[in-house]
Amino acid sequence: MLGLSTPSGFVRFAKAVSPWLWVASALLIGGGLYFALLVSPADYQQGQTVRIMYIHVPSAWLGMMGYSVMALSSAAALIWKNPLADLVAKASAPVGACFTFLCLATGSLWGKPMWGTWWAWDARLTSMLILLFLYFGYIALQNAFDDPGRGARAAAILALAGFVNVPVIKFSVDWWKTLHQPASLMKMSGPALHPSMLTPLLLMVAGFTCFYVAVLMVRVRSEILAAKIRALRLSEIHSVQAAGVADGVAG
Amino acid sequence: MNRLFEIIRRDLRLALRQGSDSVMVVTFFVLTVILFPFGIGPEANILERVSPGVLWVTALLASMLSLDRLFQADYEDGSLELLALTPTALEVLVIGKVAAHWLTTGLPLMVAAPVLAVLLHMNADGFLALLATMLIGTPILSLIGAMGAALVLGARRGGVLLSLLVLPLYIPVLIFGVGAIDAAIQGLETGAQLLLMGGILLAALPLAPLAAAAAVRQARE
Repeated sequence: MLGLSTPSGFVRFAKAVSPWLWVASALLIGGGLYFALLVSPADYQQGQTVRIMYIHVPSAWLGMMGYSVMALSSAAALIWKNPLADLVAKASAPVGACFTFLCLATGSLWGKPMWGTWWAWDARLTSMLILLFLYFGYIALQNAFDDPGRGARAAAILALAGFVNVPVIKFSVDWWKTLHQPASLMKMSGPALHPSMLTPLLLMVAGFTCFYVAVLMVRVRSEILAAKIRALRLSEIHSVQAAGVADGVAG
Repeated sequence: MNRLFEIIRRDLRLALRQGSDSVMVVTFFVLTVILFPFGIGPEANILERVSPGVLWVTALLASMLSLDRLFQADYEDGSLELLALTPTALEVLVIGKVAAHWLTTGLPLMVAAPVLAVLLHMNADGFLALLATMLIGTPILSLIGAMGAALVLGARRGGVLLSLLVLPLYIPVLIFGVGAIDAAIQGLETGAQLLLMGGILLAALPLAPLAAAAAVRQARE
Protein backbone atom coordinates (compact mmCIF):
# COMPACT_ATOMS: atom_id res chain seq x y z
CA MET A 1 0.00 0.00 0.00
CA LEU A 2 1.92 3.05 -1.31
CA GLY A 3 5.09 1.46 0.06
CA LEU A 4 3.89 2.72 3.44
CA SER A 5 5.02 -0.32 5.38
CA THR A 6 8.70 0.60 5.14
CA PRO A 7 10.25 3.52 7.03
CA SER A 8 11.61 5.22 3.89
CA GLY A 9 8.26 4.95 2.12
CA PHE A 10 6.55 6.35 5.17
CA VAL A 11 8.91 9.32 5.36
CA ARG A 12 8.22 10.15 1.70
CA PHE A 13 4.47 9.88 2.24
CA ALA A 14 4.55 11.87 5.48
CA LYS A 15 6.58 14.66 3.86
CA ALA A 16 3.99 14.97 1.11
CA VAL A 17 0.91 14.76 3.33
CA SER A 18 1.95 16.56 6.52
CA PRO A 19 1.65 20.18 5.27
CA TRP A 20 -1.90 19.51 4.06
CA LEU A 21 -2.82 17.94 7.39
CA TRP A 22 -1.52 20.95 9.31
CA VAL A 23 -3.48 23.31 7.07
CA ALA A 24 -6.60 21.17 7.33
CA SER A 25 -6.42 20.92 11.12
CA ALA A 26 -5.85 24.68 11.45
CA LEU A 27 -8.81 25.46 9.21
CA LEU A 28 -11.11 22.87 10.80
CA ILE A 29 -10.24 23.80 14.38
CA GLY A 30 -10.38 27.50 13.54
CA GLY A 31 -13.78 27.15 11.86
CA GLY A 32 -14.98 24.83 14.59
CA LEU A 33 -13.97 27.30 17.31
CA TYR A 34 -15.71 30.12 15.41
CA PHE A 35 -18.97 28.15 15.27
CA ALA A 36 -18.53 26.76 18.79
CA LEU A 37 -17.80 30.04 20.55
CA LEU A 38 -19.72 32.60 18.48
CA VAL A 39 -22.40 31.06 16.29
CA SER A 40 -23.77 28.09 18.24
CA PRO A 41 -26.38 28.88 20.90
CA ALA A 42 -25.95 28.41 24.63
CA ASP A 43 -27.73 25.36 26.00
CA TYR A 44 -31.08 26.05 27.66
CA GLN A 45 -30.06 24.01 30.71
CA GLN A 46 -26.27 24.21 30.77
CA GLY A 47 -25.85 27.80 29.61
CA GLN A 48 -22.43 28.77 28.29
CA THR A 49 -20.65 25.79 29.84
CA VAL A 50 -21.95 23.59 27.05
CA ARG A 51 -19.15 25.05 24.92
CA ILE A 52 -16.64 22.96 26.92
CA MET A 53 -18.13 19.99 25.09
CA TYR A 54 -16.53 21.12 21.82
CA ILE A 55 -13.10 20.41 23.33
CA HIS A 56 -14.14 17.58 25.64
CA VAL A 57 -15.75 15.24 23.11
CA PRO A 58 -12.97 15.42 20.48
CA SER A 59 -10.35 14.85 23.23
CA ALA A 60 -12.22 11.79 24.50
CA TRP A 61 -12.51 10.46 20.96
CA LEU A 62 -8.79 10.90 20.32
CA GLY A 63 -7.85 9.48 23.70
CA MET A 64 -9.59 6.26 22.68
CA MET A 65 -8.45 6.40 19.06
CA GLY A 66 -4.86 6.98 20.18
CA TYR A 67 -5.06 3.78 22.22
CA SER A 68 -6.72 1.86 19.39
CA VAL A 69 -4.02 2.96 16.95
CA MET A 70 -1.43 1.93 19.52
CA ALA A 71 -3.02 -1.49 20.07
CA LEU A 72 -3.56 -2.19 16.35
CA SER A 73 -0.03 -1.22 15.39
CA SER A 74 1.29 -3.21 18.37
CA ALA A 75 -0.56 -6.23 16.98
CA ALA A 76 0.91 -5.55 13.54
CA ALA A 77 4.37 -5.22 15.09
CA LEU A 78 4.02 -8.52 16.96
CA ILE A 79 2.47 -10.48 14.08
CA TRP A 80 4.41 -9.18 11.06
CA LYS A 81 7.45 -7.82 12.88
CA ASN A 82 6.95 -4.61 10.98
CA PRO A 83 9.52 -2.04 12.19
CA LEU A 84 7.27 0.90 11.29
CA ALA A 85 4.32 -0.41 13.32
CA ASP A 86 6.49 -0.36 16.47
CA LEU A 87 7.32 3.28 15.86
CA VAL A 88 3.68 4.22 15.21
CA ALA A 89 2.60 2.56 18.48
CA LYS A 90 5.39 4.27 20.38
CA ALA A 91 4.56 7.66 18.83
CA SER A 92 0.84 7.37 19.47
CA ALA A 93 1.13 6.77 23.24
CA PRO A 94 2.12 10.23 24.56
CA VAL A 95 -0.27 12.00 22.17
CA GLY A 96 -3.18 9.80 23.20
CA ALA A 97 -2.26 10.22 26.87
CA CYS A 98 -2.33 14.01 26.47
CA PHE A 99 -5.77 13.92 24.87
CA THR A 100 -7.04 11.57 27.60
CA PHE A 101 -5.78 13.98 30.23
CA LEU A 102 -7.36 16.91 28.36
CA CYS A 103 -10.65 15.01 28.28
CA LEU A 104 -10.55 14.37 32.04
CA ALA A 105 -9.53 17.97 32.80
CA THR A 106 -12.20 19.60 30.63
CA GLY A 107 -14.74 17.10 31.96
CA SER A 108 -14.03 18.06 35.55
CA LEU A 109 -14.15 21.78 34.68
CA TRP A 110 -17.59 21.14 33.22
CA GLY A 111 -18.62 18.88 36.09
CA LYS A 112 -18.04 21.48 38.81
CA PRO A 113 -20.81 23.89 37.68
CA MET A 114 -23.08 21.16 36.24
CA TRP A 115 -22.86 18.22 38.63
CA GLY A 116 -21.58 20.29 41.53
CA THR A 117 -18.42 18.19 41.81
CA TRP A 118 -15.02 18.02 40.13
CA TRP A 119 -15.06 14.26 40.05
CA ALA A 120 -17.58 11.45 40.38
CA TRP A 121 -16.74 7.76 40.59
CA ASP A 122 -18.90 7.02 37.62
CA ALA A 123 -18.23 4.17 35.18
CA ARG A 124 -17.33 6.40 32.22
CA LEU A 125 -15.01 8.63 34.26
CA THR A 126 -13.35 5.74 36.02
CA SER A 127 -12.72 3.76 32.85
CA MET A 128 -11.23 6.88 31.22
CA LEU A 129 -8.93 7.30 34.23
CA ILE A 130 -7.86 3.67 33.87
CA LEU A 131 -7.09 4.42 30.21
CA LEU A 132 -4.76 7.20 31.33
CA PHE A 133 -2.96 4.79 33.68
CA LEU A 134 -2.71 2.20 30.93
CA TYR A 135 -1.00 4.84 28.79
CA PHE A 136 1.40 5.60 31.66
CA GLY A 137 2.13 1.91 32.16
CA TYR A 138 2.79 1.49 28.44
CA ILE A 139 5.18 4.45 28.31
CA ALA A 140 6.97 3.37 31.50
CA LEU A 141 7.38 -0.22 30.30
CA GLN A 142 8.70 0.94 26.97
CA ASN A 143 11.41 3.03 28.62
CA ALA A 144 12.34 0.43 31.25
CA PHE A 145 14.73 -1.61 29.13
CA ASP A 146 18.25 -0.92 27.96
CA ASP A 147 17.43 -2.46 24.59
CA PRO A 148 14.73 -0.32 22.90
CA GLY A 149 13.56 -3.26 20.78
CA ARG A 150 12.83 -5.35 23.85
CA GLY A 151 10.94 -2.45 25.42
CA ALA A 152 8.82 -2.03 22.30
CA ARG A 153 7.88 -5.71 22.19
CA ALA A 154 7.01 -5.94 25.88
CA ALA A 155 4.94 -2.76 25.64
CA ALA A 156 3.14 -4.12 22.57
CA ILE A 157 1.86 -7.10 24.58
CA LEU A 158 0.70 -4.76 27.34
CA ALA A 159 -1.08 -2.52 24.81
CA LEU A 160 -3.03 -5.51 23.51
CA ALA A 161 -3.95 -6.64 27.03
CA GLY A 162 -5.13 -3.16 27.95
CA PHE A 163 -7.26 -2.89 24.83
CA VAL A 164 -10.15 -4.60 26.68
CA ASN A 165 -10.69 -1.25 28.38
CA VAL A 166 -11.60 0.63 25.17
CA PRO A 167 -14.96 -1.07 24.53
CA VAL A 168 -15.66 -0.83 28.28
CA ILE A 169 -15.29 2.97 28.02
CA LYS A 170 -17.46 3.15 24.92
CA PHE A 171 -20.31 1.11 26.37
CA SER A 172 -19.94 2.08 30.04
CA VAL A 173 -22.77 4.61 29.69
CA ASP A 174 -25.08 1.89 28.37
CA TRP A 175 -24.07 -0.93 30.73
CA TRP A 176 -24.25 1.03 33.96
CA LYS A 177 -26.65 3.72 35.10
CA THR A 178 -24.15 6.53 35.13
CA LEU A 179 -24.03 10.20 35.92
CA HIS A 180 -22.33 10.76 32.57
CA GLN A 181 -24.88 11.26 29.79
CA PRO A 182 -25.29 8.43 27.26
CA ALA A 183 -23.96 8.61 23.73
CA SER A 184 -25.59 11.32 21.64
CA LEU A 185 -23.32 11.32 18.58
CA MET A 186 -22.64 7.72 17.59
CA LYS A 187 -26.12 6.25 17.77
CA MET A 188 -27.99 3.87 15.53
CA SER A 189 -30.83 6.39 15.26
CA GLY A 190 -28.49 9.21 14.19
CA PRO A 191 -27.02 11.98 16.31
CA ALA A 192 -29.33 13.49 18.92
CA LEU A 193 -27.89 16.97 18.59
CA HIS A 194 -29.31 20.07 16.93
CA PRO A 195 -27.41 20.98 13.71
CA SER A 196 -26.28 24.27 15.26
CA MET A 197 -24.33 22.28 17.86
CA LEU A 198 -23.55 19.29 15.66
CA THR A 199 -21.69 21.39 13.04
CA PRO A 200 -19.04 22.84 15.37
CA LEU A 201 -18.67 19.50 17.16
CA LEU A 202 -18.04 17.58 13.94
CA LEU A 203 -15.67 20.30 12.72
CA MET A 204 -13.72 20.07 15.97
CA VAL A 205 -13.63 16.27 15.86
CA ALA A 206 -12.33 16.34 12.29
CA GLY A 207 -9.83 19.09 13.14
CA PHE A 208 -8.53 17.27 16.23
CA THR A 209 -8.18 14.06 14.23
CA CYS A 210 -6.13 15.81 11.52
CA PHE A 211 -4.00 17.38 14.24
CA TYR A 212 -3.46 13.97 15.85
CA VAL A 213 -2.40 12.36 12.57
CA ALA A 214 -0.07 15.28 11.79
CA VAL A 215 1.59 15.08 15.22
CA LEU A 216 1.83 11.31 14.87
CA MET A 217 3.68 11.73 11.58
CA VAL A 218 6.15 14.20 13.09
CA ARG A 219 6.79 11.83 15.99
CA VAL A 220 7.25 8.79 13.76
CA ARG A 221 9.64 10.69 11.50
CA SER A 222 11.71 11.81 14.47
CA GLU A 223 11.73 8.22 15.80
CA ILE A 224 13.05 7.04 12.42
CA LEU A 225 15.75 9.71 12.50
CA ALA A 226 16.64 8.79 16.09
CA ALA A 227 17.00 5.13 15.07
CA LYS A 228 19.27 6.19 12.19
CA ILE A 229 21.43 8.28 14.53
CA ARG A 230 21.67 5.34 16.93
CA ALA A 231 22.76 3.03 14.11
CA LEU A 232 25.34 5.57 12.89
CA ARG A 233 26.79 5.98 16.38
CA LEU A 234 27.02 2.22 16.82
CA SER A 235 28.77 1.74 13.50
CA GLU A 236 31.15 4.58 14.39
CA ILE A 237 32.04 2.86 17.67
CA HIS A 238 32.52 -0.43 15.84
CA SER A 239 34.79 1.11 13.23
CA VAL A 240 36.88 2.82 15.92
CA GLN A 241 37.18 -0.48 17.76
CA ALA A 242 38.07 -2.30 14.56
CA ALA A 243 40.74 0.31 13.83
CA GLY A 244 42.07 -0.08 17.36
CA VAL A 245 42.29 -3.84 16.93
CA ALA A 246 44.06 -3.37 13.59
CA ASP A 247 46.54 -0.97 15.21
CA GLY A 248 47.12 -3.45 17.99
CA VAL A 249 47.89 -6.18 15.46
CA ALA A 250 50.18 -3.89 13.45
CA GLY A 251 51.98 -2.74 16.61
CA MET B 1 -0.67 -32.92 31.83
CA ASN B 2 2.09 -34.73 33.71
CA ARG B 3 4.50 -31.94 32.88
CA LEU B 4 2.03 -29.39 34.21
CA PHE B 5 1.90 -31.16 37.56
CA GLU B 6 5.66 -31.51 37.55
CA ILE B 7 6.04 -27.74 37.20
CA ILE B 8 3.49 -27.09 39.93
CA ARG B 9 5.26 -29.59 42.19
CA ARG B 10 8.65 -28.01 41.47
CA ASP B 11 7.44 -24.49 42.22
CA LEU B 12 5.63 -25.58 45.37
CA ARG B 13 8.71 -27.44 46.58
CA LEU B 14 10.85 -24.38 45.92
CA ALA B 15 8.39 -22.15 47.74
CA LEU B 16 8.24 -24.48 50.73
CA ARG B 17 11.96 -25.08 51.06
CA GLN B 18 13.39 -21.73 50.06
CA GLY B 19 11.43 -19.61 52.33
CA SER B 20 8.40 -18.14 53.80
CA ASP B 21 6.83 -16.49 50.77
CA SER B 22 3.25 -17.36 51.67
CA VAL B 23 3.82 -16.55 55.31
CA MET B 24 5.10 -13.11 54.34
CA VAL B 25 2.18 -12.47 52.02
CA VAL B 26 -0.36 -13.42 54.67
CA THR B 27 1.49 -11.42 57.32
CA PHE B 28 1.42 -8.40 55.05
CA PHE B 29 -2.30 -8.95 54.47
CA VAL B 30 -3.05 -9.19 58.19
CA LEU B 31 -0.84 -6.23 59.13
CA THR B 32 -2.24 -3.84 56.53
CA VAL B 33 -5.81 -4.78 57.43
CA ILE B 34 -5.02 -4.18 61.09
CA LEU B 35 -3.74 -0.70 60.18
CA PHE B 36 -7.22 0.38 59.13
CA PRO B 37 -8.89 0.41 62.58
CA PHE B 38 -6.01 2.64 63.69
CA GLY B 39 -6.33 4.85 60.63
CA ILE B 40 -10.07 5.37 60.48
CA GLY B 41 -11.03 4.68 64.08
CA PRO B 42 -12.40 1.59 65.79
CA GLU B 43 -16.15 2.34 65.47
CA ALA B 44 -17.82 -0.90 64.50
CA ASN B 45 -20.31 0.59 62.05
CA ILE B 46 -17.62 2.42 60.01
CA LEU B 47 -15.38 -0.65 59.94
CA GLU B 48 -18.29 -2.81 58.92
CA ARG B 49 -19.12 -0.45 56.08
CA VAL B 50 -15.58 -0.40 54.66
CA SER B 51 -14.64 -4.02 55.43
CA PRO B 52 -15.30 -5.51 51.94
CA GLY B 53 -13.27 -2.80 50.25
CA VAL B 54 -10.43 -2.93 52.77
CA LEU B 55 -10.17 -6.71 52.53
CA TRP B 56 -10.14 -6.72 48.74
CA VAL B 57 -7.72 -3.81 48.32
CA THR B 58 -5.23 -5.29 50.77
CA ALA B 59 -5.63 -8.70 49.16
CA LEU B 60 -4.76 -7.14 45.78
CA LEU B 61 -1.65 -5.53 47.20
CA ALA B 62 -0.62 -8.65 49.10
CA SER B 63 -0.96 -10.90 46.07
CA MET B 64 1.19 -8.44 44.12
CA LEU B 65 4.03 -8.80 46.64
CA SER B 66 4.99 -12.28 45.56
CA LEU B 67 4.54 -11.70 41.82
CA ASP B 68 8.13 -10.79 41.14
CA ARG B 69 9.12 -14.23 42.42
CA LEU B 70 7.01 -15.85 39.73
CA PHE B 71 9.59 -15.65 36.95
CA GLN B 72 12.32 -13.32 38.21
CA ALA B 73 14.26 -15.85 40.31
CA ASP B 74 14.15 -18.44 37.51
CA TYR B 75 15.13 -15.77 35.00
CA GLU B 76 18.14 -14.70 37.04
CA ASP B 77 19.56 -18.15 37.82
CA GLY B 78 18.96 -19.37 34.27
CA SER B 79 16.46 -22.11 35.05
CA LEU B 80 13.78 -20.30 33.05
CA GLU B 81 16.01 -20.77 30.03
CA LEU B 82 16.26 -24.51 30.71
CA LEU B 83 12.52 -24.83 31.38
CA ALA B 84 11.81 -23.09 28.09
CA LEU B 85 14.13 -25.53 26.28
CA THR B 86 12.11 -28.54 27.42
CA PRO B 87 9.50 -29.84 24.96
CA THR B 88 6.74 -28.51 27.23
CA ALA B 89 4.89 -25.59 25.65
CA LEU B 90 5.72 -22.30 27.30
CA GLU B 91 1.99 -21.69 27.87
CA VAL B 92 1.77 -24.88 29.94
CA LEU B 93 4.78 -23.75 31.94
CA VAL B 94 3.07 -20.44 32.64
CA ILE B 95 -0.18 -22.13 33.70
CA GLY B 96 1.78 -24.37 36.05
CA LYS B 97 3.57 -21.40 37.57
CA VAL B 98 0.31 -19.49 37.93
CA ALA B 99 -1.28 -22.47 39.67
CA ALA B 100 1.66 -22.70 42.06
CA HIS B 101 1.47 -18.96 42.70
CA TRP B 102 -2.22 -19.21 43.48
CA LEU B 103 -1.66 -22.15 45.84
CA THR B 104 1.03 -20.23 47.72
CA THR B 105 -0.64 -16.79 47.83
CA GLY B 106 -4.27 -16.80 46.70
CA LEU B 107 -5.30 -19.76 48.82
CA PRO B 108 -3.64 -18.54 52.05
CA LEU B 109 -5.23 -15.11 51.50
CA MET B 110 -8.60 -16.78 51.12
CA VAL B 111 -8.11 -18.69 54.36
CA ALA B 112 -7.03 -15.56 56.23
CA ALA B 113 -9.79 -13.31 54.87
CA PRO B 114 -12.74 -14.54 57.04
CA VAL B 115 -10.69 -14.14 60.22
CA LEU B 116 -9.90 -10.55 59.29
CA ALA B 117 -13.54 -10.01 58.33
CA VAL B 118 -14.45 -10.86 61.92
CA LEU B 119 -11.89 -8.33 63.17
CA LEU B 120 -13.50 -5.68 60.95
CA HIS B 121 -17.00 -6.52 62.28
CA MET B 122 -18.21 -7.63 58.88
CA ASN B 123 -21.81 -8.79 58.90
CA ALA B 124 -21.96 -12.60 58.88
CA ASP B 125 -24.19 -12.50 55.78
CA GLY B 126 -21.17 -11.36 53.78
CA PHE B 127 -18.86 -14.24 54.70
CA LEU B 128 -20.03 -16.66 52.06
CA ALA B 129 -19.83 -13.96 49.37
CA LEU B 130 -16.36 -13.01 50.61
CA LEU B 131 -15.14 -16.58 50.23
CA ALA B 132 -16.84 -16.99 46.85
CA THR B 133 -15.37 -13.77 45.42
CA MET B 134 -11.94 -14.68 46.79
CA LEU B 135 -12.20 -18.14 45.26
CA ILE B 136 -13.01 -16.71 41.82
CA GLY B 137 -11.02 -13.50 42.12
CA THR B 138 -7.60 -14.56 43.40
CA PRO B 139 -6.88 -16.85 40.41
CA ILE B 140 -7.60 -13.86 38.14
CA LEU B 141 -5.07 -11.85 40.13
CA SER B 142 -2.46 -14.58 39.68
CA LEU B 143 -3.20 -14.83 35.93
CA ILE B 144 -3.02 -11.10 35.20
CA GLY B 145 -0.07 -10.78 37.55
CA ALA B 146 1.83 -13.51 35.70
CA MET B 147 1.48 -11.50 32.51
CA GLY B 148 2.84 -8.40 34.24
CA ALA B 149 5.66 -10.34 35.89
CA ALA B 150 6.72 -11.80 32.55
CA LEU B 151 6.63 -8.39 30.87
CA VAL B 152 9.02 -6.75 33.33
CA LEU B 153 11.67 -9.51 33.14
CA GLY B 154 15.00 -7.78 32.70
CA ALA B 155 13.56 -4.29 33.18
CA ARG B 156 15.09 -1.61 35.34
CA ARG B 157 13.17 -1.16 38.62
CA GLY B 158 10.88 -4.00 37.65
CA GLY B 159 9.10 -4.19 40.99
CA VAL B 160 7.68 -0.66 40.91
CA LEU B 161 6.91 -0.93 37.23
CA LEU B 162 5.01 -4.16 37.84
CA SER B 163 2.52 -2.42 40.13
CA LEU B 164 1.95 0.30 37.54
CA LEU B 165 1.18 -2.31 34.89
CA VAL B 166 -0.92 -4.69 36.92
CA LEU B 167 -3.02 -2.51 39.23
CA PRO B 168 -5.14 -0.85 36.48
CA LEU B 169 -5.98 -4.31 35.16
CA TYR B 170 -6.95 -5.49 38.66
CA ILE B 171 -9.66 -2.85 39.04
CA PRO B 172 -12.56 -4.87 37.51
CA VAL B 173 -11.91 -7.73 39.95
CA LEU B 174 -11.97 -5.26 42.82
CA ILE B 175 -15.22 -3.63 41.64
CA PHE B 176 -17.17 -6.85 41.23
CA GLY B 177 -15.63 -8.52 44.28
CA VAL B 178 -16.59 -5.69 46.59
CA GLY B 179 -19.94 -5.30 44.81
CA ALA B 180 -20.88 -8.93 45.47
CA ILE B 181 -20.01 -8.74 49.18
CA ASP B 182 -21.88 -5.45 49.60
CA ALA B 183 -24.93 -6.95 47.90
CA ALA B 184 -24.80 -10.02 50.16
CA ILE B 185 -24.57 -7.86 53.29
CA GLN B 186 -27.62 -5.89 52.17
CA GLY B 187 -29.46 -9.14 51.49
CA LEU B 188 -29.50 -8.75 47.71
CA GLU B 189 -28.70 -11.22 44.95
CA THR B 190 -24.96 -11.72 44.34
CA GLY B 191 -25.31 -13.87 41.23
CA ALA B 192 -24.66 -11.13 38.67
CA GLN B 193 -21.36 -9.98 40.15
CA LEU B 194 -20.14 -13.54 40.68
CA LEU B 195 -21.05 -14.46 37.11
CA LEU B 196 -19.21 -11.42 35.79
CA MET B 197 -16.14 -12.38 37.82
CA GLY B 198 -16.45 -15.90 36.50
CA GLY B 199 -16.55 -14.46 33.00
CA ILE B 200 -13.38 -12.50 33.63
CA LEU B 201 -11.73 -15.65 34.97
CA LEU B 202 -12.77 -17.67 31.93
CA ALA B 203 -11.43 -14.98 29.60
CA ALA B 204 -8.17 -14.58 31.53
CA LEU B 205 -7.56 -18.33 31.81
CA PRO B 206 -6.55 -18.80 28.15
CA LEU B 207 -5.52 -15.22 27.28
CA ALA B 208 -3.20 -14.31 30.17
CA PRO B 209 -0.96 -17.42 29.77
CA LEU B 210 -0.73 -16.70 26.02
CA ALA B 211 0.40 -13.13 26.70
CA ALA B 212 2.73 -14.19 29.51
CA ALA B 213 4.29 -16.91 27.35
CA ALA B 214 4.84 -14.39 24.54
CA ALA B 215 6.51 -12.05 27.03
CA VAL B 216 8.76 -14.82 28.39
CA ARG B 217 9.73 -15.72 24.84
CA GLN B 218 10.76 -12.13 24.19
CA ALA B 219 12.67 -11.89 27.44
CA ARG B 220 14.81 -14.85 26.30
CA GLU B 221 15.72 -13.32 22.93
